[in-house]
Amino acid sequence: MKLKEKLISSFLAFENQVDVDTYVHDIRSEAIKTFEDKGFPNKKEEAWKYTSLNKLLKNDYSVFPKQENALEYREVKQYFLHDIDTYKIVFIDGKYSSHLSETTHDAMDICLMSAALSKPKYRILIENYFNKIATKEGITSLNTSFAKEGAYIHIPKNKLVEKPIQIIHFSTGSEAALMLQPRNLIVVDENSHVQIIERHQSLTSNPVLTNCVTEVFANKRAIIDYYKVQNDKQDASLIDNTFINQKQESHVSVHTFSFGGQLTRNNLNYYQNGQRIDSTLKGITLIGDKQHVDHNTLVHHIEPNCESHQDYKGIFGDNATGVFNGKVVVEKEAQKTNAYQSNNNILVNDKATINTKPQLEIFADDVKCSHGCTIGQLNEDALFYLRSRGIPEKEARALLMYAFANTVLESVKIPELKKRINKLIANKLGVNIGFDL
Amino acid sequence: MLKIKNLHASVEGKAILRGINLEVNPGEVHAIMGPNGSGKSTLATVIAGSEEYDVEEGVITLNNENLDELSADERAHRGVFLSFQYPVEIPGVTVTNFMKTAINETRKAQGLKDMPANKMLKLIREKSELLDIDRKFLSRSLNEGFSGGEKKRNEIFQMAMLEPKLAILDETDSGLDIDALRIVANGVNKLKSSDNAVIIITHYQRLLDHIIPDFVHVLFDGKIVKSGSAELAHKLEEKGYDWIKEEVNA
Repeated sequence: MKLKEKLISSFLAFENQVDVDTYVHDIRSEAIKTFEDKGFPNKKEEAWKYTSLNKLLKNDYSVFPKQENALEYREVKQYFLHDIDTYKIVFIDGKYSSHLSETTHDAMDICLMSAALSKPKYRILIENYFNKIATKEGITSLNTSFAKEGAYIHIPKNKLVEKPIQIIHFSTGSEAALMLQPRNLIVVDENSHVQIIERHQSLTSNPVLTNCVTEVFANKRAIIDYYKVQNDKQDASLIDNTFINQKQESHVSVHTFSFGGQLTRNNLNYYQNGQRIDSTLKGITLIGDKQHVDHNTLVHHIEPNCESHQDYKGIFGDNATGVFNGKVVVEKEAQKTNAYQSNNNILVNDKATINTKPQLEIFADDVKCSHGCTIGQLNEDALFYLRSRGIPEKEARALLMYAFANTVLESVKIPELKKRINKLIANKLGVNIGFDL
Repeated sequence: MLKIKNLHASVEGKAILRGINLEVNPGEVHAIMGPNGSGKSTLATVIAGSEEYDVEEGVITLNNENLDELSADERAHRGVFLSFQYPVEIPGVTVTNFMKTAINETRKAQGLKDMPANKMLKLIREKSELLDIDRKFLSRSLNEGFSGGEKKRNEIFQMAMLEPKLAILDETDSGLDIDALRIVANGVNKLKSSDNAVIIITHYQRLLDHIIPDFVHVLFDGKIVKSGSAELAHKLEEKGYDWIKEEVNA
């Protein structure tokens, strides 16, 4: 049976485990119909021209793991940001792990989607926010139809959440191949500030395909700093769909660090519904082998006096392939928009590939919009300069690549995370330089 | 210390150096002068190990070791230092981080452990004071947005940090005002000892008023056509290079 058919028939089995008399059930039923209709994206669609899911979809994925799996903290400690105090929402093969998690209901909710979807006290919030901004495409609808588990975060107004929140999805390889559909909902009310780190981590070489949907709502003057750490195993793939709705004067930044995995597709969509909004999208892609990373961004400027900043750096070695497709839409009403986009790439050898495409649709006449993309190699003069100071070739190349990516790294606001990313970069480049000196 | 015998080098098939012979001993200061395009900077970068040029003939030895097979970083580990005519801007790497990496990579190559952080800081403080460098300057990205003078001063700061056996200063005086020139020259003089040697590449006499050379060589058309004492530099300043060209052509 093909994966699509398998998923559709699994939906019936899924319905047997959940309460069908809820508001969400109608949404799920609607969504499975959409998925049935549209299916998985293919290369004929403009937005998927350079990213093919065909190979991945040939795996015979389990949709529901047969057994519950446990992990000890010491086995997976390395994947946590463990040197500072954090909230943790942890899942193992799609199931919540209370053992590894640290949640709260104390003045705010940092907990589970399954609880939010089933308990009456969350009902109004769910009705106001759930599935309101996720697009109705095949792949997101697939996630919506199986939406059951993930992180649910609601920060009421005037709260500074001091501890960062880590959302981590582990897959243990207990199934020969596993498909996961995590669903996160994050609502941050007026004047509140939160930092979130998200990671999907496979622990074995069994194939995993994660199709994740996250909806983020930043209400008036809210500040959200979101970090996505993508450094997964070679047989793990991720389709990440993140939708962000911003109200006036809110600031939302998303940093995406794509260092590993077989195929990674980041669909990152911002909608600015208010004035004086600031949206920041940054990313470092550092891959080799036959890895593939595709950033597909959208910033929709709807109202006047807003800003958006995009800065994506890519370093591609071996036979790695990259895609950057950045779309900025400035509506007629969105005067005085300041939109900036930049995508710079280094191809380490001549087999690596990058396809980069800025897409600007501007309907307002009083705006500042700039975009630029570059593809190049390391500067040989700079390399000689570093080597003439005693820095060997490998280390000199690493230092230059690090320097190239540093504009993204310098805006990471959690020092321990920055240190961790520095270390991941050094490991990835095979050098032992303390970049964060 | 440094021995160059019959060195020929070219770039993209075009001969630049056509048989250079030069011997530099510990404790000596040599000045290499010459008109534009005579091959001065090529000589400097070939000694430092640039792969941009093809060395077709001749040998360069440092303390009796042939440098031919050694990469730029390996030459640096053996004590070769080039102060660049045009230092490269490297955004994202601070001066301090750069120096720490350079020193620790050199130590690694010499089988030594990383320099302890407090010792490194002390060294940086000491050497930046020697060159009158503001502490804030050290946390800026390497050469990025530096003025011409700041770049050159930063080169000599790096030299002070790395304490090379053989320092080659390629047009270090260009872009320096009088005060900066004095600071840089003073720094070089303080670093000079009976164990190390300096090669100064310059168009003009003015740096040589502050760092007195033991020998002056004139490079013309890829060859050293005249050598002499510090006097020769004065004569060149006064008369230009035309009389040398005439002598060569005669």
